[in-house]
Amino acid sequence: MDNDKNILEVRDLQVDFKTYAGDVKAIRNVSFDLRKGETLAIVGESGSGKSVTTRTIMGLNANNADIASGTIKYKGEDLLKKSEADMEKIRGQDIAEIFQDPMTSLDPTMKIGRQIAEPLMIHKGMKKEKALAQALEMMKLVGITDAENRINDYPHQFSGGMRQRIVIAIALINYPEILIADEPTTALDVTIQAQILNLMKELQDKISTSIIFITHDLGVVAGMADRVAVMYAGKIVEYGTVDEIFYNPKHPYTWGLLSSMPTLDTGGDELPSIPGTPPDLLDPPKGDAFAARNAYALKIDTEKEPPFFKVSDTHYAATWLLHPDAPKVTPPEQIVERQKQYATMHKELLAQQRTQGPVEEEEEKQ
Amino acid sequence: MAKYLAKRIFYLILTLFIVITVTFFLMKLLPGTPLTNQAKLSKSQIALIYEQYGLNKPVWQQYLLYLAGAVKGNFGTSFQFSDQPVSYLISSRIGPSLQIGLQAMVVGVIIGIIIGAFGAMKQNTWVDSTTTVVSILGISIPSFVLAVLLQYYLGLKAGWFPIAEWGGFIYTVLPTLALGAQPLAESARFVRTEMVDVLSSDYIELAKAKGLSKTGVIFHHALRNSLIPLITIVGPLAVNIMTGSMVVENIFSIPGIGEQFVKSVLTNDYPTIMGLTIVYSFMLCVVLLFTDILYGIVDPRIRLTGKAN
Repeated sequence: MDNDKNILEVRDLQVDFKTYAGDVKAIRNVSFDLRKGETLAIVGESGSGKSVTTRTIMGLNANNADIASGTIKYKGEDLLKKSEADMEKIRGQDIAEIFQDPMTSLDPTMKIGRQIAEPLMIHKGMKKEKALAQALEMMKLVGITDAENRINDYPHQFSGGMRQRIVIAIALINYPEILIADEPTTALDVTIQAQILNLMKELQDKISTSIIFITHDLGVVAGMADRVAVMYAGKIVEYGTVDEIFYNPKHPYTWGLLSSMPTLDTGGDELPSIPGTPPDLLDPPKGDAFAARNAYALKIDTEKEPPFFKVSDTHYAATWLLHPDAPKVTPPEQIVERQKQYATMHKELLAQQRTQGPVEEEEEKQ
Repeated sequence: MAKYLAKRIFYLILTLFIVITVTFFLMKLLPGTPLTNQAKLSKSQIALIYEQYGLNKPVWQQYLLYLAGAVKGNFGTSFQFSDQPVSYLISSRIGPSLQIGLQAMVVGVIIGIIIGAFGAMKQNTWVDSTTTVVSILGISIPSFVLAVLLQYYLGLKAGWFPIAEWGGFIYTVLPTLALGAQPLAESARFVRTEMVDVLSSDYIELAKAKGLSKTGVIFHHALRNSLIPLITIVGPLAVNIMTGSMVVENIFSIPGIGEQFVKSVLTNDYPTIMGLTIVYSFMLCVVLLFTDILYGIVDPRIRLTGKAN
């Protein structure tokens, strides 16, 4: 990999949480790169360690988190070695974050203009008036109608979609190098979701920021990401370009995720799901953590952890199925079929969106 | 806002009316008469005095007469200090009570907020445990016990403060501490709980993600949001201080209305009891009105102005 292109390099990251019951191994040896200007999606079930990864990057983990090993290099410097004061300078300036629930992520007692202007005042030492003027520009940029009159409103006077636009404005006001979006559309309804995603794409071009996009929704990933990393039980199990993950997945867990995603063609049949639950990370299983839920598990999966096998220059998967000596398995016909259907369907959807333009968002003012 | 205030003032008058009525009849149920301790008076003398003060009339007539006077602002003259109008008696004595009450409230609540905030910031450390112990002690030790302890240790033993006199500011220190312990403890406990909640909320996470420092997060986002619920207990705290002052003023010999109230109850000084009850209720009503208005100022979601549809 070309190091110059990487804005963030995470290597061998291991994060434990100290609890009364013992150490919860939330992140187990995670490595990935974020390239300049790209969108990297991290996908996985709840509890797979997606959010812990991003919190570790931000240096905002809970007090009982222990970073056992690893480095997070941003512009060549290890963020994990930085002091709290240095991290404060980076947060909101170089790396910004959008949170999941716009209904709770804004301070209910502060005017939104001030909330958007705050990062400018902290990092650029700007006077309030000047910062507010820039905040107003940002409000217009993220599509808040009648921004002049609404700059002194409070969060409760905005709808959920509008609030997420405000959160995005806060994150982007300092033109950060990296934007971490932690399930930014999960709490929104589907029509608003599409608008917020379009907005993020649009702003990414304008501001030329790199995005780490955390989600469990593969449908969202397809339209947003350049590359995808699939996480399971605190590990990345497969990563590659969005096309490689969607059309040529190699890890049985990715197969499971893809086949449990409803499409327009999902008929009366029961939606497939991955049986079982993720393993207890207090005591992660030996070998491949997914083995117990994996219909394609080999004997070696329960004994030895699979290393990453190279599929292409950009595509790696950690499954013994890719070992030269492994028995040949073909993913079920159904999955292959689904992937093909999804591919064609998704192209149609994109084309449709382009001709129709974004849907107007209804806004409630109290 | 004006409409709201008018409504509240109407309710205030209604409340005072109910308080006057209930107190008047309750007071008549008190054992004894104003002349119980005057054994030397003959029957005819007593009858004469009763006639003079209108005490020979039926209770309902006395009540109506009192009400009629009260509406005109005439609260009668004290039985105990003859020729002293109740209004004069109260106005000359309310100063020390207000001073100590307000001092206790302000000092108690402010220190309580600081202690509570520290407890929340250092959650589950020795700082936190200490604040918890302080608040439990403050809530469970009655003000009169604390008053005596303060007198003994800081007054008598250490000799730093006068024990039971009234003069300048130095005389107010011990009573203020005795009365302020309760509001201090209550608000510390309240702020701690609330701030622990607020500190784990999403908008605090966002504030940190903006790059705000720890103190920045506390002062710009956490404090204000944690203090809103504190307003709810300001009313009850004021009641605490008022009732506490009756005992504490006696202990420290403070010439205030609390001390007077106890005396007037003991001597069945009907007009003074009534007058002071009205003053206390009025003060409480004002505190409650003030807290309701304060809510709107601090929390934009409950603004009183007609912005809501």
